[in-house]
Amino acid sequence: MSDLTSAGTAVGGGPVGAGGPLPDQPATGGRERSASLWADARRQLVRDPVFVLSCLYILAVGSMAAFPKLWTGQDPRDCTTDRSRLSPGGEHVFGTDILGCDYYSHAIYGARPSMIIAIMATGTMIIIGGSLGLLAGYYGGWVDTIISRVMDVFLSLPFLLGAIVFLTVIKRQNEFTIAMVLFLLTWPVIARIIRGSVISSKDLDYVQAAKAVGARNGRVMFRHILPNAIAPMLVYATIVLGSFVAAEATLTYLGVGLQPPAQSWGIMISTHQVYFLEDPWLLLFPCGLLVGTVLSFILMGDALRDALDPKFR
Amino acid sequence: MTDVNVKMEALAGVDPNALPLQVKDLHVEFRTRNGIAHAVNGVSFDLRAGETRAILGESGCGKSVTAQAIMGILDSPPGFVTGGEILYRGVDLLKLPESERRKVRANRIAMIFQDALSALNPVFTVGFQLAELFRMHRGMSRQDAKARAVELLDLVKIPAARQRVNDYPHQFSGGMRQRVMIAMALALDPEVLIADEPTTALDVTVQAQIMALLAELQRERNMGLVLITHDMGVVADVADRISVMYAGRVIEEAGVDDIYASPAHPYTKGLLESIPRLDLKGQELSAIKGLPPALTNIPPGCAFNPRCRYTQEVCREDPVPPLYQVSPSRTAACHFWKEVKGDE
Amino acid sequence: MGRYVIRRLLQFIPTVLGTMFLLHYITSLAIQFSGNPVRALFGDRTPPPALLQAITERLGYGDPCLDRKGDPCLWRAAEDGGGLLGSGYELGLFFDRLHGIFFNFDFGINLRQQEVTDLVANAIPFTLKLLVIAIVFEAVVGIAAGVLAGLRGGSFLDYMVKISTVFVISVPIFVLGLVVREFVGVKFGNVLRGQDWIPDLISVGVFSPVFKPDYPLASLIIPGMVLGSVSLATTARLTRTSIMENVRADYVRTAKAKGLTNKRVIGVHTLRNSLIPVITFLGVDIGAAMAGAVVTETIFNVPGIGRLVTMSARTGESSVVIGVVTMLVLVVLLANLLVDILYAVLDPRIRYE
Repeated sequence: MSDLTSAGTAVGGGPVGAGGPLPDQPATGGRERSASLWADARRQLVRDPVFVLSCLYILAVGSMAAFPKLWTGQDPRDCTTDRSRLSPGGEHVFGTDILGCDYYSHAIYGARPSMIIAIMATGTMIIIGGSLGLLAGYYGGWVDTIISRVMDVFLSLPFLLGAIVFLTVIKRQNEFTIAMVLFLLTWPVIARIIRGSVISSKDLDYVQAAKAVGARNGRVMFRHILPNAIAPMLVYATIVLGSFVAAEATLTYLGVGLQPPAQSWGIMISTHQVYFLEDPWLLLFPCGLLVGTVLSFILMGDALRDALDPKFR
Repeated sequence: MTDVNVKMEALAGVDPNALPLQVKDLHVEFRTRNGIAHAVNGVSFDLRAGETRAILGESGCGKSVTAQAIMGILDSPPGFVTGGEILYRGVDLLKLPESERRKVRANRIAMIFQDALSALNPVFTVGFQLAELFRMHRGMSRQDAKARAVELLDLVKIPAARQRVNDYPHQFSGGMRQRVMIAMALALDPEVLIADEPTTALDVTVQAQIMALLAELQRERNMGLVLITHDMGVVADVADRISVMYAGRVIEEAGVDDIYASPAHPYTKGLLESIPRLDLKGQELSAIKGLPPALTNIPPGCAFNPRCRYTQEVCREDPVPPLYQVSPSRTAACHFWKEVKGDE
Repeated sequence: MGRYVIRRLLQFIPTVLGTMFLLHYITSLAIQFSGNPVRALFGDRTPPPALLQAITERLGYGDPCLDRKGDPCLWRAAEDGGGLLGSGYELGLFFDRLHGIFFNFDFGINLRQQEVTDLVANAIPFTLKLLVIAIVFEAVVGIAAGVLAGLRGGSFLDYMVKISTVFVISVPIFVLGLVVREFVGVKFGNVLRGQDWIPDLISVGVFSPVFKPDYPLASLIIPGMVLGSVSLATTARLTRTSIMENVRADYVRTAKAKGLTNKRVIGVHTLRNSLIPVITFLGVDIGAAMAGAVVTETIFNVPGIGRLVTMSARTGESSVVIGVVTMLVLVVLLANLLVDILYAVLDPRIRYE
C-alpha cells in the first residue's frame, strides 16, 4: 500500500468527507436523524452478503490474533531443519517452512502483530486526528490555520518514504513503534475528514439554534456536531484498518518493519519469496491471508459507506 | 431570409407553408428503478411563425420534458419518447435519423435553458462557445466565427462585446449570462425558439429586461417562441396562446385573454387565484391544496381530481376527461367546464 | 492568476520549512536518545578516529544541542556572546542544514564519504524512466477504461473497473510485484527464452525477472507497469465517476442542443471538464508513485533511488535515507505546487477566485 490517502476516495468514488451532513433530509434534530440513519444502515448491511462475508472473515482473523490456541495446538517455534519445506498435508496442513517450523501455526500466530498494529494505529489516529480535526473545524480562525499547516507538513511526506525514514532513525522496530509511525503519517487524513464534516454541519440550522439558546461549546460539539462526523469517520477507519495491515507487511518486506524471529505475514512472505516457483504454497498462504484481510476491511468500509451515505440510496 | 431558404433545401420533405412546429399526442416516459414515470401523456399544440405559445404548469408537470423531447436531447436512458409526432414544417422529427435530427437543432429549432450558469460550459470562453456554432454548422474559420460571436453579443446588448467575448461564463452577471444564452440560441437564425423558464433564476428587474429583449428579437425575426414557465405574470405580458399542463397532459388550451378572463379548468382557475393581487389586498390568498401526483402513480380519471373542488364520481374514473371544445378557439379537459367557467 | 500563484507560493514555503523541520527534529531526537549514529554504523569494527571525526563533522552530528534530549536545535548560544539582535543566541543546527540544502545543495554523505547528491544523480535516470512508464501506463489505460466505463454505466467494462479497483487496492504492491516477477518474469519468461524465434529484446529484456543493464529501458517496462497498476484502478474509477457526473451536466445538454456531433459533445465538452480532477490526481500521484518505486525497485532490483533508500535503511545508514528522502519530499512538494497551478490553468473558475 503506497498511498493511503487515495485509498479512501478510490473505493467509493466520492470523498468520504463529503457525506457528513444530509442535505435532503429536514434538519429536525441531530439525534433522531442519526438514529434513523443508523437503523436504516443496519437493516441494509445485514442484507448485504458482501458485508456479512467480510465481517465473518475479519471475525475469524480477529480470533486468530486474540486466541491463536483456538485455531492450532502446535507451537510455531517448534522447528527442526530436517523437515524443511514439507508440502502441505497430513500433520502440517500448510506444510513447513524453510526452518522446518509448522507453517499453519506460524500463519495463525502471524495474524496477531498485523492486527495489533492496525488497531493501535487506527485507534490513536481516530482519537488524536479526530480531536484535532474537530478543534480546527469548530473554532476555525488561527486554530484552524495552525492545525491545517501542520497537517500539510505531515501529508507532504509520501507515506512509505516517511515510514522508512522514521523507522530507520528510530531503530527499534516493534509493534508499538510501527503503529506510532503509521499513526503519525496518517492522522491528517482523518483530521481533514472530520474538519470538513464539522465545517459543513456547523452552519446547519439546528446547530445554530443550539448555540443561540446558549449551549456550551463542548455540548454543541459532542451532542450536535460529532454525530454527523461519525459516519464518514467509521467508513474511513474501516478502510484504513485494511491499509494498515497491508502497510505493516510492506514495511516488513522492505526490512524496516518487524524482524524475525517475530512472526507475521510480512515476514513469512519476505523470507520465502525466493522459493516461489518450487514451493508456491510458502507464499500462497500468507499472501492469501493478507490479501483476504485487507480486501475484507475495504469491502466492509465500502458497504458501510453505501449504507451510511444517503446519496447512494 | 435567403439564408433560411438555403437551409430548407437541405432537409427533405420540408413544406415551407406548413407550421414551423406542431406537436401531436406526444408521450414520454422515464424507465427508472422505481417504476415507469409517465412524464408526458399525449401533449399536442401548434405554433405559428411569430407566435408565442406559453406552456404553463407546476414543476414536474412535464413541460421541460416536452421541450427536451422536441429538441431530441432527453437523457436516454431513462427517458424515451413512446408515441406521437413532432412536426417541423411537416417533417416528423422523430422519424429522422440522428444525423439529420442534429442539423435541425440550433439551425431551425433552438433552446434557451433556465440556469445559464450551469448551462454554459464553465471551462470555455463565451466566445468559444458561440463561435463553435458557426465553425461546426457553417464551416467558418476560427477568426470569422469569433467575429460573428462579437456581433451576436452586440445583438443581445452586452456592453463591450469585443472584450467580453474572451471571458468565461462565471465572470458574467446572471442577466448577462442569460443574454449569452439567447445569443447562442439565435446564432443560426432558428425559426422556432424554445425558452425553458428563461427568467426564473433572475431578479425581477432583470427578468423584465430579458423578456423585453426576447420579445424584441422575436418580432424582428418573426420567430415562433415556445415559452415554458410557471409564472402567470410573465405569461400575461408576452404570450399569444397558452397551454396549461398538469401531470403530463395539456388540460386547457386557449388564447391568453380568454384564459385570464374566464378559465375553463379548475386547475387554471386555482393558478390564477393564487396570484397575489394588489386590488385584493387584505384578503386571504387562495392556494391549490395538496400536491401534484407522482408521475409513477397518476390517479385514474382526471389527474387533478384529488385536489379539485368540483370533483364528482365521473372524475375519479377512467377514461381521462377529453378536451371539450369550449369555444372555436379553445379547449379544456374538464367534465364541468361550464360550471367552472360560469362560476366567476 | 498571478495572485493565485502568489497565494499558493506563500502556503508552499511554510509547508516546506515545516517538513524540513519535521525530518530534522526526528533525526535530532534519534541522536539525542541513542547516540552518534556514525559510530553505530561501523558495528564491531573500530573506525579510524579521523574518519569518524570527519563524517561526524560533515553531518553536523557534533553540535552540542544533540546532547540535550528533546532540544529542537533551533538556536545555540552565540560564541562571541552577541548573537542575533544581541539576544545572545544565533541560528542553530536546523538553519545550518537549511543553508546547506538550499544554498550548497548539500544533502549529506554516506559512510564512504560519497555525496548523497552523487548517489542520487547515479540512481535517478532509472527511477525517472520507471516513473514515466508507470504514469503513462496508468494515465492511458486508466483514462481510457474510465471513459468507456463512465459512458456505459452498468456495462461489462464498468463492472471490471469497479472490481479491479477494490482488488488492486487490497493487494499490497509488493505482493503484486512478487507474483508478477515470478509468474511473468521467471515462468513465462523462461518459456519465451526457450523459443529461438523471439528476439532477445523481448525474451531477455522485457520479460526479465530483474533489471538488466543491457536492456535499460526494456527491462523497466514490466516493473513500471506494476508500479502504475497501483493507481491505475483509482485513475479509472475517478475518470468513471467524473464522466458519469458530467454527461448529465446541463452544459452537456446545451452542447447537444447546439446540434454538435456526439463525438464533439463527448470529446470536447464532457471530457475537458471530466479530466480536470483526473489530471490533478495524476500530478499528486507522482509523489505516491515515487514512494511505490521504493518497493518496485527493491523487487525488480532496479538500481534507482528507491532501492538506494531501502538498501540504506536495511544497513541503518540513516544519513543517506534522510538525505534522499529530503530531496524526494522537495520534489513532491514542488510537483504538488505545479499541479495546483496546472489546476488553475485548466479550470478558469479557480483562476479568478
